Amino acid sequence: MTFPSSPAKIAARMSTTDTREIILEARELTREFEGVKALDRFSFKLHRGEVLGLLGANGAGKTTAMNCLLGLTLPTSGDLFAFGLPLQANRIQILQRSNFSSAYTALPGNLLVWQNLLVFARIYGVPNPKKKIAELMELLEISHLDKRVTGQLSAGESTRVNLCKAFLNDPELLMLDEPTASLDPDIADKVRKVVRKVQRERDIGILYTSHNMRDIEEVCDRVIFLHKGKIVCEGTPSDIVAQSSSDNLEDVFIKIARDGEILDEPKKDPAP
Amino acid sequence: MSIRIISALVLRYLFLYTRTPMRLVELVFWPLVDLVVWGNVTVFIQKNSNTEFGSFILFFLGAMILWDVLFRAQQGVAISFLEDVWTRNLLNVFVAPVRTVEYLSATFFVGFLRILITCVVMGFVSWIGYSFNIFQLHWWLVPFFLNLMVFGWSLGMISTALILRWGQAAESLAWAVPFFIQPVVAVFYRVEDMPAWSQPFAWLFPATPIFEGMREVMKTGTMNWSHLWLAAGLNVIYLTLAGWLFVWVLNMTRKRGLLTKFATQ
Ligand SMILES: Nc1ncnc2c1ncn2[C@@H]1O[C@H](COP(=O)(O)OP(=O)(O)OP(=O)(O)O)[C@@H](O)[C@H]1O
Ligand SMILES: [Mg+2]
Repeated sequence: MTFPSSPAKIAARMSTTDTREIILEARELTREFEGVKALDRFSFKLHRGEVLGLLGANGAGKTTAMNCLLGLTLPTSGDLFAFGLPLQANRIQILQRSNFSSAYTALPGNLLVWQNLLVFARIYGVPNPKKKIAELMELLEISHLDKRVTGQLSAGESTRVNLCKAFLNDPELLMLDEPTASLDPDIADKVRKVVRKVQRERDIGILYTSHNMRDIEEVCDRVIFLHKGKIVCEGTPSDIVAQSSSDNLEDVFIKIARDGEILDEPKKDPAP
Repeated sequence: MSIRIISALVLRYLFLYTRTPMRLVELVFWPLVDLVVWGNVTVFIQKNSNTEFGSFILFFLGAMILWDVLFRAQQGVAISFLEDVWTRNLLNVFVAPVRTVEYLSATFFVGFLRILITCVVMGFVSWIGYSFNIFQLHWWLVPFFLNLMVFGWSLGMISTALILRWGQAAESLAWAVPFFIQPVVAVFYRVEDMPAWSQPFAWLFPATPIFEGMREVMKTGTMNWSHLWLAAGLNVIYLTLAGWLFVWVLNMTRKRGLLTKFATQ
């Protein structure tokens, strides 16, 4: 017997444990690339104010899921909703209330930091953009970077500038794809703390991917493990560790990555 | 469609020009080189031939300036898009509440600004240096300018669609799009001087009636209105088709999941 992952059980768990508004939902999301399923009937719900971690080995389908949820990639099949609205038909309205940041995108490197932030503040229609930018830069401890050339920033600095962009429109929904990739432990820690702080203050729902288990344990309320596009298990980080009789999340990760399932019997059936 | 978003995107490109003044040089330098070469050819031929032929050769200068309108408009659209590709900014724009039409409008406007700069400089230098006054085209200049600019936008969207479809491998192709059609749109010679078989093709492009009209106006002071209507009509068709092509390719890129690969490569 593997870890409980039948859709029925998951649905039961999710509906009983959380009564907050659902701000993002995927139903049976499937995405094929040349016949290979990057996502295979992936369903989940994200609640307001919740941080949901997507975990899985390289190629598990995390980025594909995010791209579908951002409307950048169309699903092969399945339905997506944000704020209760079908995603494709309400893309602009939804994007206005969301934001995204990843280690793999950049703001134009040939502009100054403040210029980039001002442009995006205006795109999102932020009232009083200068004040907002100054506030966020202070929060992220990058006030001193405002007149620097964006392309010359270090990885840690540019990650924080990207995050600043992501917080500009006070998003209710935030997607972060490996925000701490390539950060040193100190900066990664700072980034985690500030994400958590802003998230709590503003009650933001965050979908978060990372290969850093420390990240996940500190930031995520709940995690979903993906393997080859399928959910293998989900729950709070501590639940998952306990139920898979592993020592820590990293162990769970390695087991799943190698075998696609958690081999050990769960210690007890999770309460529905 | 929101003016706020369009102006924000335009601001992004304007910041770029303030950050990299070399781009302004490019807007002025090459057109000036062309102008000097052709201006000198003109002076040389004028001095060595009868008057009729001499004034005929002035057409070159007019044609060059007007060609630049088309070319700069096309570049305004294509380079603005490439700028977002090069700086890995495309994803930030696509996950922002920016409609396709707003994005394109911003690139159109940047195209317009580029033309203004080039034309002002070229017009001034050709007047001072070669006593060629572009304003001898009078108010005809306005419909000429508008038609060529709109055609440039269409070509720009086609170039951008090529890049979206074939990735950065198509970049150089995108630069060259205007030059593919240059031979058949009668920029530097009359349609009737072209080989007979190619003449019908010339009238498939909105630029042709404009360049024909320019020569007519310089010679007679007026022109055949039907040429203008033809140009405007063709422009509507081109703009619609090019816009449709762009949206179609964009959707296809989304379907194939290539938008993100493309934006982060
Ligand atoms: N545009 C595409 N064309 C073909 N295959 C693709 C495309 N995009 C993703 N894939 C494939 O889909 C699978 C899932 O990729 P995805 O990028 O979602 O993984 P990931 O979980 O984000 O991995 P990583 O941890 O390395 O970021 C991979 O096998 C990948 O090769
Ligand atoms: Mg990924």
